[in-house]
Amino acid sequence: MLSYLLKRLAQLVVVAFIISVLVFLLVHLLPGDPTVSILGGNVTAANRQILLHELGLNTPLYHQYWIWLIHALHGNLGQSYLTHETVGHVIATGFPIDVELIIISQVVAFAVAIPVALITSRRPNRPLDNIATTGTFGLLALPPFLIAPILVAIFAVGLHWFPATGYVPFSQNPASNLHDMILPGLALTAGSIAVYYRLLRSDLIMTLQEDFITMARSKGLSNRRIMMRQAFRPSTFSLLAVAGVNIGALLAGTFIVEYLFAMDGLGYSIVQAVQQRDYLLVQGIALVVAIAYVVLQFIIDFLFTVVDPRVTRE
Amino acid sequence: MSSRRSGRPADRTLEFLDVTDLADPLLVVKDLHTSFRTGRGTVHAVDGVSLTVGRGKTLGVVGESGSGKTVLARSIMGLLPTRDVIRSGTVQFAGHEMTTMAPAQLRQVWGAQMSMIFQDPMTALNPVVRIGRQITDSLRLHLHMDRKEANATAVELLRSVGIPSPEERVRWYPFQLSGGMRQRVMIAIALACGPRLVLADEPTTGLDVSVQAQILDLLEAMQSERHMAVVLVTHDLGVVAKRADEIAVMYAGRIVERAPTRTLFAHTHMPYTRALMDSIPRLANPSGTRLQAIGGRPPDLIHPPKGCRFAPRCPYAQDKCRESDPPLRTAASSDHVFACWFPLVDRVSADGSATSSASAVDREAPSS
Repeated sequence: MLSYLLKRLAQLVVVAFIISVLVFLLVHLLPGDPTVSILGGNVTAANRQILLHELGLNTPLYHQYWIWLIHALHGNLGQSYLTHETVGHVIATGFPIDVELIIISQVVAFAVAIPVALITSRRPNRPLDNIATTGTFGLLALPPFLIAPILVAIFAVGLHWFPATGYVPFSQNPASNLHDMILPGLALTAGSIAVYYRLLRSDLIMTLQEDFITMARSKGLSNRRIMMRQAFRPSTFSLLAVAGVNIGALLAGTFIVEYLFAMDGLGYSIVQAVQQRDYLLVQGIALVVAIAYVVLQFIIDFLFTVVDPRVTRE
Repeated sequence: MSSRRSGRPADRTLEFLDVTDLADPLLVVKDLHTSFRTGRGTVHAVDGVSLTVGRGKTLGVVGESGSGKTVLARSIMGLLPTRDVIRSGTVQFAGHEMTTMAPAQLRQVWGAQMSMIFQDPMTALNPVVRIGRQITDSLRLHLHMDRKEANATAVELLRSVGIPSPEERVRWYPFQLSGGMRQRVMIAIALACGPRLVLADEPTTGLDVSVQAQILDLLEAMQSERHMAVVLVTHDLGVVAKRADEIAVMYAGRIVERAPTRTLFAHTHMPYTRALMDSIPRLANPSGTRLQAIGGRPPDLIHPPKGCRFAPRCPYAQDKCRESDPPLRTAASSDHVFACWFPLVDRVSADGSATSSASAVDREAPSS
C-alpha cells in the first residue's frame, strides 16, 4: 500500500511538471503580452520594453520557466500583473468555488441518474424508460449557458427563491453560501445526469441478462433486492470511469457558469488571465488544476478496487 | 387448494406440510408447453411435456443441446423471462399449483422449497459478491436467520460440500476459486434452505472430467442425506445411467421415451435413445475407436418437421414416420412410455437387446 502511494505521488509530480511546461509554452506562444493589458493600447515601444524588462519577460523562455519553477517549489506562485493579488490568494478563494460547484452538480447528477436507471432498466423500452431516455436526450442538448439563464429567470427573477448572481463565501456563512451555489450547481448538472443515466441504464440492462441474476432470482430474492444488491455494483464500472473523465473536465471547466453567476472561481479566473496574458496567474491555476486532476483519477482508481474485488492495486 | 383458484393474494404464506400425501409424487408436470416469441417466429422450446418425480427420487432428463432441457427445468420452476414467453400446462409441486402463483408466492418457493443448480459456475455466481453472502442471502430471507447464525450456517454448508478451510473461504470472491470449487459453492447455495426439489441444469458440463464425478457424487450424497428429489438435466446419458431412478429422454422439446433407468437400458424402444447410448464413449473400446455421433442436426423448433421429429436423422425411419407424429404410448411395463411407430424391440430380438443394454447399465459412466 505504501509503495503504491509513493508510486502514485511520483506520478503526480511528473504530471504536474509536464503540465506546467506545456502551459508555460502555450501561454507564451499566444500572440501579445501583458504590457497591452497593463498599459493600455497607446503606448510607446520604449515604455513597453521597460515594462517587459521589469517583469523579466525579455529573457529567454527557459530562463523564465526556471525562475518560475524555483519560486513555485518554494511555494511562491507570484502575483497578478494587473491586480497585484498573489496567485496563491486567487487560488485560495477560487478553488473552493469550483470544488463546491462540482460537488453540488455531481451529487445531484448521481442522485437523479442512479434511481431513475435502477427503475427504468428493469423494463427497457417500456413507456417509463422511453420517457426517461428521451428526457435525458433533451438534457444532453441543453448546454449550461442555456440552462443557467432559464434557471435564473424561473427561480431567481420569477420566484425569488435564489439570488440571480453573486455568492457569500463559505467561510462567512455556510448556509447562505450553499443557498447561493444551488442554481449554478444545477446549471452544471444536466449533462452529467444525461450521461450517467444512459450509461448506467445500458450497463444494468446488460447485467440483468447475466446468469447470476437468474441465479439470484432462483433464490427467491425480491426484484428490489436483486437490483440493489446484485445488479447495481457490477454495472457501475464504466459509470465510474466516465464520471472520472467528466468531473475532470469540470475542473476549471465551469467558467461559463461562473461568469454568468459572477463568481470568481478558478475557471473564470483562468479564462480572464489568458485573455490578459497574465502569465503567472495562468501558470499557477493550471498547476493546481493539473494536480487536482491527478488526485481525482487517483480517487477513481481507488474506487475501482472498492467496487470490483477483481481489480487489485498490484 | 380450491380457494387459491379464485384469486392470487400476494401475501399469503404457503404451507408446505409433510404430513399429508407423503405417498403422492412431489412434482407432477402435465402437458407443459413453453414458447418464445422471436423475430423469426415462435420457438416451441417445450412442447407438451408430462412427468412426475417422487419425493427423494432422481429423474434424469437427457437430450442434445437445444432439445429444450434447460427451458423445461426453468419452466417447472417458473423462472422464465416475463416478456415474449407463453407457458401453458400445470406444474403441481408438493400439492401447490406453480403456474398460477403470484410472483411473491413463487419467491417463497424459490430457494426455500425448490432450487436450481446452474450449468456454468463461472457465470452463475455474482463476481462482486463474497461467496458467503451468496449463501446467507437465502438463509436470512427464508429461514429468518440473523447475520451471525447465517454466517455460521454458510461455513457449515461450505464444509459439507467439501470446501477446505470454509471459515476463510466464506469471505472469498468467486474469482478466487477454481471451477470445481465454484460448482461446490453453487450446490451449497442451492441446498442452503433444505429444498425438497433441486433442478440441476447440466451441473457438471463446464467442469473437468475428473471433477465431474466428484460433483455428482457430492450431489448424490447430499440428496440421500436430506431426502431431496433431484431433476438432473444433462446431455450425457452416462451421467444419469447410474444415478437416476428414472430417465426422460427429450428430443425437440418433447419427451420421446421415459422409463425407470434399468428398464430404459434393458428395453430401449426409441431409436434416439439408442443413438444416445451408442454415443457414450466406452473404456472397453480400443483407443482410436471412433465415437458414434448422431448424424444431422436437431430440428428447427420454429417450423418443426412433419411427422416424427427424429425421422430425418433416424436410420430406421419409414414413410409413416415422415407422415404422422407418433404419440407417446405405454410399453410392456406401465411405467415405460415411448413415442415411436417402429420401436426397437420389434426389430431386435429380445435376447440380443437385453444383453447389450445390460452391459450399458453396468458400464460405469465415462465421467464417473
